[in-house]
Amino acid sequence: MGVELQGYDFPVGVVEDGYLSDSEAFASVINVINGVRMAPSLVPQSNKEQYDYLVTVVNPGKRIGQDDEALMATALKALSRAVFRLDAVYHGSLLNNIFMSSIWDYGLDARNALLELITTLATVPDKFLDNCLYTLLHNLRPPSRLKAPFNQSKRWLMRKEEVRREVYLALNCINTLVPLAPARLKILIEKCMPRFTEDKYVLMTYVEGILGLERNEIGKFLGSTVLARVVDLLIDLDVNIPWEDILQEEPNKGIFAIELGECNEDDEYTTIPNMDTLGLVKNTFADKLDGLMVVACEHLKSCSESGHLLEVFERLSEIFQRAMLKLHKSKFTQFLMFYACSLDPDTCGLKFAIMLTDIFISKDEDPDSRMKAIAYLASYLARAKFIPSSLVASILKRLVDWCFEYCQLQDSWVNKISPQADRVFYSGCQAVMYILCFRLRSICDVPQLKQLLFHLPVDSILHHPVLDPLKVCLPLIVQEFLRQAQTARLFKKPMAHSYDNSLESEFSKAFGGIQRLDMFFPFDPYLLKESDRFMRPNFEFWDMVKTTYSDYDSSEGEDSEGEDELKDLGPSNFPKDNDDEDDLDLKIDKMSITPNPSFLHQIATNFDQSSQMPARIRPSQSPPSPRHGFLYTKKEERLDDQKI
Amino acid sequence: MEGLRVAEADLVVYVHPSKSNQVRRAVLRQLSSLLFTHDEIFEGVVLAYEVNIPSKRAKVISGLIPYIGVKIKANLLLFSPKPSMLLGGKVVKLGKESIHVVVLGFSSAAIMLEDIREEFKYKIKHGEVVFASSSHKRHVIKAGSMIRFQVKSLDEEILHISGSLLPSNTGCIQWLSKHGTEDGSYADRSLKTSDIQREMQEEGPLNTTTGDKSPNKTHKHKSKKRTRGDR
Repeated sequence: MGVELQGYDFPVGVVEDGYLSDSEAFASVINVINGVRMAPSLVPQSNKEQYDYLVTVVNPGKRIGQDDEALMATALKALSRAVFRLDAVYHGSLLNNIFMSSIWDYGLDARNALLELITTLATVPDKFLDNCLYTLLHNLRPPSRLKAPFNQSKRWLMRKEEVRREVYLALNCINTLVPLAPARLKILIEKCMPRFTEDKYVLMTYVEGILGLERNEIGKFLGSTVLARVVDLLIDLDVNIPWEDILQEEPNKGIFAIELGECNEDDEYTTIPNMDTLGLVKNTFADKLDGLMVVACEHLKSCSESGHLLEVFERLSEIFQRAMLKLHKSKFTQFLMFYACSLDPDTCGLKFAIMLTDIFISKDEDPDSRMKAIAYLASYLARAKFIPSSLVASILKRLVDWCFEYCQLQDSWVNKISPQADRVFYSGCQAVMYILCFRLRSICDVPQLKQLLFHLPVDSILHHPVLDPLKVCLPLIVQEFLRQAQTARLFKKPMAHSYDNSLESEFSKAFGGIQRLDMFFPFDPYLLKESDRFMRPNFEFWDMVKTTYSDYDSSEGEDSEGEDELKDLGPSNFPKDNDDEDDLDLKIDKMSITPNPSFLHQIATNFDQSSQMPARIRPSQSPPSPRHGFLYTKKEERLDDQKI
Repeated sequence: MEGLRVAEADLVVYVHPSKSNQVRRAVLRQLSSLLFTHDEIFEGVVLAYEVNIPSKRAKVISGLIPYIGVKIKANLLLFSPKPSMLLGGKVVKLGKESIHVVVLGFSSAAIMLEDIREEFKYKIKHGEVVFASSSHKRHVIKAGSMIRFQVKSLDEEILHISGSLLPSNTGCIQWLSKHGTEDGSYADRSLKTSDIQREMQEEGPLNTTTGDKSPNKTHKHKSKKRTRGDR
């Protein structure tokens, strides 16, 4: 009796006699617990006090000293042995306190003791498993009192890593003891996902933690739950970024305008507004999305390094089809797929392209999905540097073949264009043209692919008398395509097409429908700053594209200020004087060239811009930027040389 | 091991019209949702199934959504532990107060100290935690050993079993198989034969051929099993 009485006075016992031995601690804890195992009104006051004391020891809820921590660790260890005597009702407050603990605050011993307790609690039949799992998941969040300046300190980063590792370990232990636990964990993960309105740091830490869980052993039982929830979170943030922050006054006016924001000071000509003027930067949702995209991309990268990319990619594909494809114009989330494909172009890149093509061609899908799929496909094939021309060519073949069959099935007595009815066809045609704007040159550079392309019935599709896609698709794309096709001699007979400088026609609006799917280019340049570094190396900007009518090596354009670029100028602008310059396949002398308006203006105005840069909507008003100015002067010299 | 049996079931699975071009897949998916959950109608946990769709015709239910009712015949492997059955499982954790066991790889069982007979004492041998028998030197229970225990109670939702090591024919299976008869426990042997008899009784009527529809066969009719092909 004497020993037990002494055991009740925890602080006194500890300080005076050294630390309690385990069995003594255990005995006293058992007594305390048994002491309240009855209806609350019957509990004697002393028992209640002991019990309340135990409750506070177990989770002080604030920073505590070393001694208190040791006491807590002892109490927790004793409780671990006593779990089967705990009752959900009688010991409710004790259990509540345990489940509310945040293990971030404590030292190693206390953490281990707490996790041991939670793991053991999980094995008690059906009472506490959910709570235990919830506590562990909750501990993947940083403690709420952690504020911005401190959360980057080395100490906290180390603590974060330790805590995370311990949580994973605890979850794995529970998994060993209770093999069906992952089923409950799955449900809990779905419930516990933070909302998109929470703080950025909390979101990033939690998502990082949960993705780490997926990479862990227990992840293989969780299936695609984790990824699906993370993508849902990204989408929530994405749709909350207002379009006004991204678009300028005239939306989409420069599909083919200069896209490299940082080297051009003219805001008007960029689809990416300069960073200073960008409202996007100040938007909190964009900020959070940025951070989360960084976390997600890092996760994909580490999966790729450990060789699991393919499985993750399969899940991501499914999620993409289910969630992102149905979404109306998601802004940045689709770049997750882009990045995943870039990590393994031969497998994942290929699969993604084929998946999209299959959705477009399949009869089972609804027209809207098919139109979205083809918009994704076109933008993807155009913008992904890592996709080889051979793949592009083979997919083009499939698309063109499909369009051709569609044309064959047209009733001959219908002679009115109905964009709404044939909208899938028009989006297919537009996609083909868009892809070729970016890729025609690189396909023509490879003889076999060029053969393949030239054998395709592109001509008969685009010039179909009834359907007439050239009238219906976006004029800007049509214009650019025709220009390149002309130079490459894709069509048998040259065509005079009126250069319609309007952005959109009535017809294109009609086939695009309410959602304006005719103007949907999902992989347009990426605007989020921090995660941009993942996308940029693999992204093809329009400036970098080698078009058929201008063939200097523009990828060096930024650095080498001009010497190498000068020797090859657009041959269409020099019908006679380029004998020393044809390292091209194109037989310039045989080409009958319709007068190119830019040729006539080349001396007078910004010559360099009209030959290097693609279609513009209006003549440039601004003075050429220094880079272009340099070229301009050099070319002027050249011209003088050759004139005589 | 007791508690395992194979049952034949005549079931009707309702397939959503959107899955009508992949009926077999939808049926398999619906049956998969039954796995590892305790089902009252089957009175046990479904561990495995084998499906046979005998006919290509199915009835379309009239209603808001015209589900297709597909009749199937399935062989189901059921696990239905009852109190005082003997089960075997692998020890995963040994605590001072409890032994944690996993049965058939999915069901967790815990044996409390008060349900462990006196001869087993908690010891630490060679740095390892074991429950060693004080009367038989070689009879040791440690992490990873297979033990046989008796079922005390069963929690159906998470399939947690409370076990007991009180009866003398429980303990480490390896040791028991070698020394069970040497102990001279006739009680053991009689228990064993009655075990075998019980098992035969359960499985007997089930081994007859499928075409028979005699009433003493355990086949159940399952109605109202809906399936939705998505998520």
